Amino acid sequence: MSQKFSLDGQVIPFEDGETIMQAATKAGVFIPHLCYHPEFKPHGSCKLCTVKVNGRQTASCTMRASTGMVVENNTEELNGERRALTQMLFVEGNHFCPSCEKSGNCQLQATAYHLGMMSPHYDHFFPNRPVDATHPDFFIDFNRCILCSLCVRASRDVDKKNVFALSGRGIKTHLIVNAASGNLADTDFSLADKAAQVCPVGVILQKRQGFAVPIGERTYDKAPIAAQREPEMEGAPK
Amino acid sequence: MALNEMGAEALAEIVDQIATRYQRDPVNLLQILREIQEVCDWLPPAAIDQLQTLLNVPRTKIEGVAGFYSFFYTKPRGRYRILFSDNITDRMQGNQPLIKQLCENLWIEPGKTSEDGLVSVDSTSCTGMCDQGPALLVNNRAIPQLTATRITEIADLVRNKTPLADWPADYFAVDNNIRKADILLASEMTPGDALRAARGRTPSDGVKASNTRSWREGLPSGISGPSAMLDEIKRANLRGRGGAGFTTGLKWEACRNAPLKSGQQRFVVCNADEGEPGTFKDRVLLTTQADLVIEGMTVAAYTIGAEQGFIYLRGEYRYLLDSLNAALERRRKENLLGENILGIPGADFDIKIHLGAGAYVCGEESALIESLEGKRGTPRNRPPFPVTNGYLDQPTIVNNVETFAAAALIALNGGEWYAAIGTSHSAGTKILSVSGDCERPGIYEYPFGVTIQQVLDDCGASATQAVQVSGPSGVCVGVDEFARRICFEDIPTAGAFMVFNQSRDMFEVARNFVHFFQHESCGFCTPCRVGTSLLVNMMDKLHNGHGSSYDFSEIEKLNLLLQTTSHCGLGHTACNPVLDTIAKFRPAYEKRMKHDQFEPAFDLDRALSQARQMTGRDDSGAHFSTSKVALGEKA
Repeated sequence: MSQKFSLDGQVIPFEDGETIMQAATKAGVFIPHLCYHPEFKPHGSCKLCTVKVNGRQTASCTMRASTGMVVENNTEELNGERRALTQMLFVEGNHFCPSCEKSGNCQLQATAYHLGMMSPHYDHFFPNRPVDATHPDFFIDFNRCILCSLCVRASRDVDKKNVFALSGRGIKTHLIVNAASGNLADTDFSLADKAAQVCPVGVILQKRQGFAVPIGERTYDKAPIAAQREPEMEGAPK
Repeated sequence: MALNEMGAEALAEIVDQIATRYQRDPVNLLQILREIQEVCDWLPPAAIDQLQTLLNVPRTKIEGVAGFYSFFYTKPRGRYRILFSDNITDRMQGNQPLIKQLCENLWIEPGKTSEDGLVSVDSTSCTGMCDQGPALLVNNRAIPQLTATRITEIADLVRNKTPLADWPADYFAVDNNIRKADILLASEMTPGDALRAARGRTPSDGVKASNTRSWREGLPSGISGPSAMLDEIKRANLRGRGGAGFTTGLKWEACRNAPLKSGQQRFVVCNADEGEPGTFKDRVLLTTQADLVIEGMTVAAYTIGAEQGFIYLRGEYRYLLDSLNAALERRRKENLLGENILGIPGADFDIKIHLGAGAYVCGEESALIESLEGKRGTPRNRPPFPVTNGYLDQPTIVNNVETFAAAALIALNGGEWYAAIGTSHSAGTKILSVSGDCERPGIYEYPFGVTIQQVLDDCGASATQAVQVSGPSGVCVGVDEFARRICFEDIPTAGAFMVFNQSRDMFEVARNFVHFFQHESCGFCTPCRVGTSLLVNMMDKLHNGHGSSYDFSEIEKLNLLLQTTSHCGLGHTACNPVLDTIAKFRPAYEKRMKHDQFEPAFDLDRALSQARQMTGRDDSGAHFSTSKVALGEKA
């Protein structure tokens, strides 16, 4: 393993085929991200992981590392852009952290704290997104969906069920479930599904589990997101 | 026939027939959905149920695709689905009063379906009829040159439920309006001549048919034939006509050299998804020079070694489908397509037409390929590029209609001949789609290097304030720049040339373009999905009289973010029209900067508009007036 690139001045080794994100994570460097998950094929849509490679912005989760790259990550400019993107995700949906079951375990919230987001900055869109509570074991609260498509990928690639997909276009893009009725109850979604565990925000919530871990003792209450090993890494096979 | 007149069994049979005609292959999903909708007027849930089984794909996939494209309807939209083209040129030609008139005549609201399920009226992005607008599409058939009289007639036809086939044929007549023809539009090439020239161009070195990988190796001229053709394309210095101007020779060479895995092949794709507002030259090329375009594709297939080609035709040009299919069929009969082309054993190449369904982003080549594969038209992550990993992950070239037409002429006349036309860095001619404020809108073909002023003189434009070159994603050119030239070294263009005279409000032009980008954003990446909506809100805020200098700096910040972090060119260029007009037509914006300090976008009186609509009131009591309730003031 002799290949290396520079990340904020630090030398990062990598193997053939690895992305900047993969190599950085292995080396213990945090790059903010929401749609990236080490177990799934990178999507490159949230753009939170945007870094500068040789002076040009690109998504680090899809960009393969190559020898001699000069990559900027933790800079004021990039964090400013990421903050604006996070604010966009907040105003696009309906995110009310104080009343959200996921508060403290939410990657969007933790990322906003990490980036020093003090306000939503933009005017809220207040979209009308009804909650689906038809399933015996789950709620789907579409209000919080950030369209990362992790549940789509998990259900398709791991569970082999295709319970979720994105439909619509542009600002009307939205999550749908695999049933003519549009209700989760009419799909074969179940507790054992990988897709039930990957939502980085509070869309897919298990019923009768509300606030089992009290606020203050949750994942990101204990340590900020940048200081954590990826929770998904710990549970990951191999 | 509407669904309610069709029994469940009849529907099932139709869906089965259509799916079977497309080999029940999910890669053909767009075409299957289009044909079902052409029969049923929408995509009924029963049809989607059945497709799940027939194509063996999950419902989520079908609904995801159907939901992406503007022209697919998963809810009934009426037997007559009328969409007004809403480019800025249509607006200048007065489409807004016509929309209002039609809606009033039919007693419906824009965007909604009539209570009896007969008709819906809405607007859509530019339909490519800017030289003969205002225009509309009814069930995807174009009607240009609308007038108030024509609208009254259309309302009568709809109310009387006259089948579309019985509407007067002259409604649907589309003019070519060729005002200036050069090598492409004036070409009188005999079909097949360019192919014969491509073959004959090479030193004859005997039959090298040992390698049967593709038909280029099977030609009598052997390997050197295609490479000689490639050399001509390079010598011609041909660059892509879709706007980006990538060197065609390099693209073809990269695809030709891309390794093939077992069972793979190479593909030639013609990008006829002419979606850039203000552009309509591909429509005219495909109408008047279809053979030249198809022959160019065949030359490309010969050069790179492809057996299958596609024409990705935008849904708005549905009316060209039959004539293009007829041209393909005639060429098959003339042995210019199909198997053993020109009688050469193993020389196989054929072309299928794939219709789009209303999505500008599919003009981006990797989104176009996704769409060809029957998916949502989301641009791919690149690299890898289509030349190595394109259609079905196999080597693919995607070129513009005009590029292929030029390639045919290069095959016929040689690279040196072509390179001598135009400027040193921009060889050949460029077809411009001229519209807006001028006496003679239409199609103008010039050698590269023509000045903006020359085009304005030729099309009879006077008192011109600005020209939007290459559409909303291009540049807005002011009077002091009219000496600039159309070419890659100065102002590159995909072909749009929209003229605005001094009576036009350039702020409203930019606002129209911003709405266009918002409507067409694919929604994949955060900056473009949310950013284009934020930009629309900001421009609407200025329009509504709440602008301050704060909003200017916000627009500029947003622009930077979209340029640096968006996934594809749509997001990168979405702020261009605003930035250009702010820089060049500042007074149009200053007029709207009514406040020194920040003003919220919220407007109480406007917020009451819904209540006014519901109660049918518009009297003074139904309006909010600041003078009455301002603090410290008595009513």
